[in-house]
Amino acid sequence: MRRRLTLIAAAATLGLTLAGCGGGGETPSGSGAPASEATGSVGVFTWWADGSEKVGLDALVKVFNEDYPNLTFDNLAVAGGAGSQAKSVLAAQLKAGNPPDSFQAHAGAELQDYIDAEQLEDLTGFYTENKLAEQFPKDLVDRLTVDGKIYSVPSNIHRSNVVWANVEVLKDAGLDPNKPAETLDAWIADLEKVKDSGKTPLAVAGSWTQVQLFENVLLSSLGVDGYNGLWDGTTDWKGAEVTKAIESYKKVLGYTNSDRDSLSDWAPATQLVQDGAAAYNLMGDWAEAKFAQDGDVAGTDYAYFPMPGTQGVFNFLADSFTLPIGAPNPDGAKAWLTTIGSAEGQTAFNKAKGSIPANTTAKTDDFSEYQKSAIKDFSQDKIVSSLAHGAAVPVAWLNELSTAVSKFGGDTNVATLQESAAATAEKFGN
Amino acid sequence: MLLAPTIILVGVFVYWLIIENFRVSLTNQHTAKPSDDYVGFSNYTNLLADPNFQHSLWNLLILTVVFLAGTLVFGFLWAWMLDKPAKGEGFFRAVYLFPMSVSFIASGVVWRWLLSSLQTDQPGGERTTGLNRLLDSVGLGFMQNDWWSNPTWGIAAIAVPAIWQLSGYVMALFLAGFRGIPEELREAARIDGCSEWKLYRHVIFPQLNPVMLSAVIIIGHMSLKLFDLIRAIVPDANTYDVQVPATMMWVKYIGSDYADAAAIGMILLVLVALVVVPYLMYTSRAEKR
Repeated sequence: MRRRLTLIAAAATLGLTLAGCGGGGETPSGSGAPASEATGSVGVFTWWADGSEKVGLDALVKVFNEDYPNLTFDNLAVAGGAGSQAKSVLAAQLKAGNPPDSFQAHAGAELQDYIDAEQLEDLTGFYTENKLAEQFPKDLVDRLTVDGKIYSVPSNIHRSNVVWANVEVLKDAGLDPNKPAETLDAWIADLEKVKDSGKTPLAVAGSWTQVQLFENVLLSSLGVDGYNGLWDGTTDWKGAEVTKAIESYKKVLGYTNSDRDSLSDWAPATQLVQDGAAAYNLMGDWAEAKFAQDGDVAGTDYAYFPMPGTQGVFNFLADSFTLPIGAPNPDGAKAWLTTIGSAEGQTAFNKAKGSIPANTTAKTDDFSEYQKSAIKDFSQDKIVSSLAHGAAVPVAWLNELSTAVSKFGGDTNVATLQESAAATAEKFGN
Repeated sequence: MLLAPTIILVGVFVYWLIIENFRVSLTNQHTAKPSDDYVGFSNYTNLLADPNFQHSLWNLLILTVVFLAGTLVFGFLWAWMLDKPAKGEGFFRAVYLFPMSVSFIASGVVWRWLLSSLQTDQPGGERTTGLNRLLDSVGLGFMQNDWWSNPTWGIAAIAVPAIWQLSGYVMALFLAGFRGIPEELREAARIDGCSEWKLYRHVIFPQLNPVMLSAVIIIGHMSLKLFDLIRAIVPDANTYDVQVPATMMWVKYIGSDYADAAAIGMILLVLVALVVVPYLMYTSRAEKR
């Protein structure tokens, strides 16, 4: 009661009409008119503000404008690595009851917070109307479904366990770019060889890219079941296996560039590989778009392979779009979601962004060699959820673990990292 | 009557929000899901027992001490030099004061590059930029260091740009203090046979005390609240080396841990109040006298 009174007071004082405030639930999720008749503008919130991500978004908007000439697209993008900046802006807007028409979120556990806070419309009906469940892989739909309901439409799928390498640097170090290491230990031996040749063996950037490296070392060392168990409680964080994995991570981290925390985002780390200053960079496959944009050719300029020890595993993350409760233009938002889910939209977007379409009916004939290989892998590999990108655990868990991994970068104390990771898992796990 | 609008505005947007923030800090709202279950002060006790939070408080202490010492020393030195009748005083005053006109965010972007941790003798050292490159090229390569990428003293490197920006301001304060001391006082002391050092020790410094106190309060509370400079220099908010309560609050907030974020906010408020309230009491007592 007190909260409402003061809200009214605040609104009165400012002379603003906070119509959306607190009344979000009353707004119908659509007037019932078909999306094709929607008009007005659709505000879409993303963190695709530059680089290949922006090119992808532009391609998507082009399809959207053709599909729905009566709607105008309002780009509400906020720049910043892995969406960390955007998410805080979004959290503030949602908290204030002022949501965009649709916003980007990583599919999986990251959505859980928004669902718990009752900020998202159930899109199960939308899936049925557009027959989306049949067009998306079952694995993916299962991971999107929470208590029998689906809350988002995935636009693209990414893989986080890919190592990108500079062919020249590998050759100089006496390594064969076509025969990448198959185990973690063999890879560490390769890193040592690169170090001897005088180059930085492994490029990495700030906190979240270190978490991404950490998760893939865990995956490689513990295997699929062990890795999944970390998130559902069946693997003991305090166990000897995890100690061994963290020790491997310590070794791998020892081969990285010392200015990792100063790099502004993932792209400068990948750039080090492109420039021939570093041999390897473990990065999600959005790096492919960067290589392509800069005119590098796979095989001659750069090589890619799954993180050693994770062959046959697809460490997945997906971007998806939602319909927030209280969206100003829900019909327009549904039109946007229809474009996102459509085969044409997915083809246009993913070709530019370097990811693979979630919609299996999308045409992928003219996709790059890497993308074709990823599409094939996704259909046959074991799929696990990425930690660093909010697919495996909720944001609060990820945040605490990220702090621990960031701390480890300074003191490299295996026991401390293991203890705090275990304590965090206990705090947030069920 | 004329004061009513401002009282209402301040009441709602400052004091009521503080109360509301305090209320949230007593709940267990650690996820985005709204929750109004009260858990007393357990968020505070948990935070104060959390080694990460203790580390952020320790960082804050180092930052404040270095920041204060640096600005006071440079501010005083410059003011002292400019106080002597010299040519181009106006020019130097402007030069020293100028960094203050740049926003922390803008200067932080530059300082990120200057304080790059890569050193020339490390692998990949040919990419070294900023101060480390400068030190190396003037033959002081041994002075290169990893700046803020150090869990114990890294935060002191953040104080460097802060000192650079605020020393000029402290200089202006001291200069005003110097100018406020009547020339007769100095002359009287000299006639009494005071040495130059004793003149400063017994005549000038006591007169500068109020200025000094103002400078300590202003810089001290800025340091406690420092956030934007750290955010601009350090790309990832969740970087342990330079975590202070203000950045930790942000990390908690974007992780939807509203209760902890609110509790950190309250702790910061208390810390700032500890600095500011005695000062307010002191000045109000001085005014009554």
